Amino acid sequence: MYKLLNTGNLSMNFKQFLLSIFLLTFSFASFSQNIPEKPNKLINDYTNTLSVDEINRLEQKLVAFNDSTSTQIAVVLVKSLEGYEISDYSVKLYEKWGIGGAKKNNGVLLLASLGDRKIFITTGYGVEGVLPDAIAKRIIENEITPNFKSGNYFEGLDAGTNAIISYTKGEYKSDTKGDSGIGGFWTSILTFWILFFIFIIVIVLLSIFGKGGGGNRVIGSRGIGSTFGGFGGFDSGGFSGGGGGGFSGFGGGSTGGGGAGGSW
Amino acid sequence: MMRKILYSVIGFFAVLSLSSCGYNSMVKLDEQVQSQWAQVENVYQRRADLIPNLVASVKGAANFEQTTLTKVIEARAKATSVQVDPTKLTPESIAKFQAVQGELGSALGKLLVVSEKYPELKANQNFLELQSQLEGTENRITVERMKFNQVTQEYNSKIRTFPNNLTAGMFGFQKKGYFKAEAGSNKAPKVQF
Repeated sequence: MYKLLNTGNLSMNFKQFLLSIFLLTFSFASFSQNIPEKPNKLINDYTNTLSVDEINRLEQKLVAFNDSTSTQIAVVLVKSLEGYEISDYSVKLYEKWGIGGAKKNNGVLLLASLGDRKIFITTGYGVEGVLPDAIAKRIIENEITPNFKSGNYFEGLDAGTNAIISYTKGEYKSDTKGDSGIGGFWTSILTFWILFFIFIIVIVLLSIFGKGGGGNRVIGSRGIGSTFGGFGGFDSGGFSGGGGGGFSGFGGGSTGGGGAGGSW
Repeated sequence: MMRKILYSVIGFFAVLSLSSCGYNSMVKLDEQVQSQWAQVENVYQRRADLIPNLVASVKGAANFEQTTLTKVIEARAKATSVQVDPTKLTPESIAKFQAVQGELGSALGKLLVVSEKYPELKANQNFLELQSQLEGTENRITVERMKFNQVTQEYNSKIRTFPNNLTAGMFGFQKKGYFKAEAGSNKAPKVQF
């Protein structure tokens, strides 16, 4: 104990700690500047290569896949890797965006750098089993790079995502609550309202049966009527909240660096 | 009755002071470091498991250089013999672990470079798939090591800052080691096509 309380030792530790924190934040900041911020869509073309129509077609396909299986496939086109290895860049972007569900880790990132002519498929922990590295390599070599070589980026991405879907579709099922943070948010709101209405019903019932007088009946029945009206409103509100049309956001998934890459 | 109240008040303050000195979060971080270490061992094991298959498919190639092959086999045996106790992740034990694994990494790298000279291997689908699996495993090793360093950094800064260092000293929380950056000799094998 005495040795630990020695102030010289302490201030030294503290200085080292401050220095390491400073260096760490500095190095993180300098790297994460190059990585795009987390978007709210699955197809992210930072090179303006794809037309709006092509983006919409891919986005619709992948959102539908996400809705039915909860597996998230993100496609990213960047101009340059800013000197980083593509596997390194992909993992950093994957972790920053959190592709796939937080518990299932069922995400796939397909990242291509047009400037470096390199492409990489990164798999989350949860899809490593159905999409092993050798398969990822095969998808890149058979579906994507032949199209990219002739400049058909949309066709390459379309065929590539189709192949990824065909390998991953059996693995996960979408549960309506959702693995994402937004699902949890809606669930908690619903729970709150259900508890709230139960509370109101109990109060109303108490006011009816507790007093039991003839004169109170009128007020009591009006109370029940309004409660049922409230339930109607609550139901429709729940449906409009749950059935969103677009992509509901990345779920916070993580990757262990699995996948494979190639160049064209 | 009075005694009971007194005990619960003392207990309450003890819990409060322990959590304010970061004891609970230190335990939590310690567990995180250990589970991340398991992940690191996992991916290294994955690499070791791939090697017998790789050796078998390379052996099939006519008069493949024996010296590179035996070096890989020897390095694998050496690397799998060094195990680290997850409760004793000292800088020394991690450095030792990293050294033997690094040797295996460079032996493998050499093997892959040499295999470039054998056209029959480059046409072998089985060998090519092993190669891509090996490449993926090297990526996984990099990622899990990075994550290990991140959580260890968090743990180390926690136990070394005031007032946590007092609690850490009392309960024997020790500084844990990092993976050092590779020093050229043992870079991840680059697979060129």
